[in-house]
Amino acid sequence: MLRFTVRRLLQLVPILLGLSVLLFAWLRALPGGPAQAALGERATPEDIEQYNRLFGLDQPIWIQYLRFLQRAVTLDFGNSTQYGRPVTEVFFERFPGTIELTLAAMVFAIGVGIPLGYVAARRYGSALDSASVVGSLLGVAVPVFFLAYLLRLLFAVELGWLPGSGRQDVRIDATRITNFYVLDGLLTREWDAAWDALLHLVLPALALGTIPLAIIVRITRASVLDVVNEDYVRTANAKGLSAATVRRRHVVRNALLPVSTTIGLQTGLLLSGAVLTETVFAFGGVGLALRDAITYRDFAILQGFILLLAVVYVLVNLLVDISYGVLDPRVRVR
Amino acid sequence: MQRRPSRVLAASAAALTAVTLSACASSDRDSGGGGEGGEAQSGGTLVFGATGDPSNLDPAFASDGETFRVLRQIYDGLLQPAEGSTEAEPDLAEGYEVSDDGLEYTFTLRDGVTFHDGTDFNAEAVCFNFERWYNFTGLAQSPSASSYYQDVFGGFADTPDVPNIYAGCEATDELTAVIRLNRVTSKFPAALTLPAFSMQSPTALQEYDADNLSGNEDAFTYSEYGLEHPTGTGPFRFDSWDRGNGQITIVRNDEYWGEPALLDEIVFRTIPDGNTRRQELQAGTIDGYDFVAPADYGTLEGEGAQVLVRDPFNILYLGINAGNVAGTNANPALQDPRIRQAIAHAIDRQTIVNSLLPEGAEVATQFMPPTVDGWADDVTTYDYDPERARQLIDEVNPASRTLRFYYPTDVTRPYLPDPAAMFQAISEDLSEVGFTIEPTALQWNPDYLQAAQAGQADVHLLGWTGDYNDAYNFIGTFFAAKADGLAKAEFGAFDAPEVFAALDRADAEPDPANRTALYQEANRLIMDYLPAVPVSHSPPALVVAEDVQGLTPSPLTAEDFSTVSLTS
Repeated sequence: MLRFTVRRLLQLVPILLGLSVLLFAWLRALPGGPAQAALGERATPEDIEQYNRLFGLDQPIWIQYLRFLQRAVTLDFGNSTQYGRPVTEVFFERFPGTIELTLAAMVFAIGVGIPLGYVAARRYGSALDSASVVGSLLGVAVPVFFLAYLLRLLFAVELGWLPGSGRQDVRIDATRITNFYVLDGLLTREWDAAWDALLHLVLPALALGTIPLAIIVRITRASVLDVVNEDYVRTANAKGLSAATVRRRHVVRNALLPVSTTIGLQTGLLLSGAVLTETVFAFGGVGLALRDAITYRDFAILQGFILLLAVVYVLVNLLVDISYGVLDPRVRVR
Repeated sequence: MQRRPSRVLAASAAALTAVTLSACASSDRDSGGGGEGGEAQSGGTLVFGATGDPSNLDPAFASDGETFRVLRQIYDGLLQPAEGSTEAEPDLAEGYEVSDDGLEYTFTLRDGVTFHDGTDFNAEAVCFNFERWYNFTGLAQSPSASSYYQDVFGGFADTPDVPNIYAGCEATDELTAVIRLNRVTSKFPAALTLPAFSMQSPTALQEYDADNLSGNEDAFTYSEYGLEHPTGTGPFRFDSWDRGNGQITIVRNDEYWGEPALLDEIVFRTIPDGNTRRQELQAGTIDGYDFVAPADYGTLEGEGAQVLVRDPFNILYLGINAGNVAGTNANPALQDPRIRQAIAHAIDRQTIVNSLLPEGAEVATQFMPPTVDGWADDVTTYDYDPERARQLIDEVNPASRTLRFYYPTDVTRPYLPDPAAMFQAISEDLSEVGFTIEPTALQWNPDYLQAAQAGQADVHLLGWTGDYNDAYNFIGTFFAAKADGLAKAEFGAFDAPEVFAALDRADAEPDPANRTALYQEANRLIMDYLPAVPVSHSPPALVVAEDVQGLTPSPLTAEDFSTVSLTS
């Protein structure tokens, strides 16, 4: 297991190097450079020239790349042109929001998806089954931003039950420790702050969790249908094990293997920044920052964030692979 | 069209003339617009939806509207725009005198003003601020940092090869600061109404290392001062900046030298998406936001919100490429004035204004709105006359009638609420008289701006919102000659020496009355030459909830929130 983990971590090095070269080339191939983006409609050619000179953008691209690499190994991804602050500082300020949102979305997707998929499979062919199949198709098909607007219009504007944007009510003067707002509220015993942050997660998590939910329902359903027809389940039933034991030890555990892969992949995806959801809900996570960075050609943010997110993605996948070992002893042996 | 009376801040051509300005900057505070019902009352928190985060809170390094909105509440300048108008009026200066040659400004300062850190505002503080700007070094000289200083004053102490107009500042006594210039420009002192030239506490600037923009090759980091310790003299003090939640909180300054603000605090919350801002206002979680889409006016007003429409202080124009920029491949026919006139005659601007722009918009006869000194009522106009346009084109009989027409996407500008619809309308008009349109749509920033400003289009849509009441800020920005003696690449680097000379003459004229006449002459010359087609002036709007009172819309988007109160 250790060798496996180390090998996977070492694979990160070529992945990140390759990614950094691609990113560097791609960003600089975009029309309009950071100078124009930073200076906006008032930029004169002289301003742009001066800007490029000051920030070394007039240097050959390979020199720029080597400088970037030199700093990046010390986790210094430079400064954001948009925020005028170090990229890593902005990242660690934004990432907790995205983690919170991802966790909330996945709790919703898993909490609803697995039971629903399981029940649909056990009642194969019933109305509930058909409804779950159609529902999950819809869930994948509806654009996230559209669903987000609908949810907000209904629950925030019309009914007024839930907050419709931001991470916390502006009138709450909360203490920040970790930038995980819910956690901070719990740690500081500011219960109202924690509760409010939690409420702010509901609508974005519903919008963001819909696609993973739909996928989890479908995979769980298909997987359970496969497993219940396996020989070992028939054997377990035949030897007189109680239905609950068969369900728990033989059906669910085996059916969850492909589901866990899906969950891992989806979590990795969501952690990379839910650009649309965060934009619609003005939710200050990495997705919103990435959106702005593309608009403003903030190369430093794009390079730094995407590389850091790649590390996160690889790590999440590693965890998924390790969890295989826990769920499936055969993988452990290998 | 009615002209506003020319500015009060007149400097006589005769001997040193005292211009005493009434010290009433903060009187009539409760006479603002906004809601009429309900009693104005003190206290409460106003939440205002912003489109983006401020860059930083050091005014010297600020240049965008969202940053300026916050800065205007925390800081005061020597001058400020009068409530609801573009005219300059006293703020921290009670008045000023100008020398005959227009090169020496003696500011008399308001007594008893303190910065938020408790230190005194006085003539030395004024000079400290001016000297600070002039002595910026390194990254602080980046055009993305000190952009307005460079636009108005030019170069720095250590860049002798770049012309600058600042010659020095002297504190002759506690409340008298004398500012000397190297040459006259119409930008000064009008530009002092900009937040970029706010007065800041010398003590705080030094304590928090304000000039230290550290950084490396790619960008700089704003100073501790600009991120955490902005210190001005304004009606509100900085309280906190919660970056994760995108919100800045400012609280009432109880020691304010003028009439104290009514609200306890204001929270500026960043909500990038326009639909989200509208829904948040409808849900009651914010109390107002800026840049309302004209399509939403009716809905919002129907629900009780107040749409506050500003006087238009902008210009939308159709840029034309004169074809003097190498490698841009412009249609050479555009060098013929008759073809440019044909374009102007072809566009039905009144219909465009009526159908595509919000109420209060007007057709532009020249490249600045009528509220700017120097606007002329007798410029050559080009009425909608497709028949005349066809005649002119036939007269010239150009080799190609194709126009590559660029327009932006993903953007709403105050002067251009719907770029695609505007493109559609103008291109239909141009096709009608025989031009063939080749459209190119590009994302606004940086793609479109770069293409338009590099002169890649034959014709393109662009505009400008004025910074302060100065003609040069409009027509000088567009049409003054660059270092190479030609116009900007955006207009195909045309060569019109008489236009360039007229602009230089007007900018260098110290007497305001003469200057206005000279700018009127420049406008006449520009409209005869017709380097582009002025289209419209369009009024942007902000919206506040029913219970918000006392917010007066400003043509310069310089709204003062200290007069605002909540009735519930």
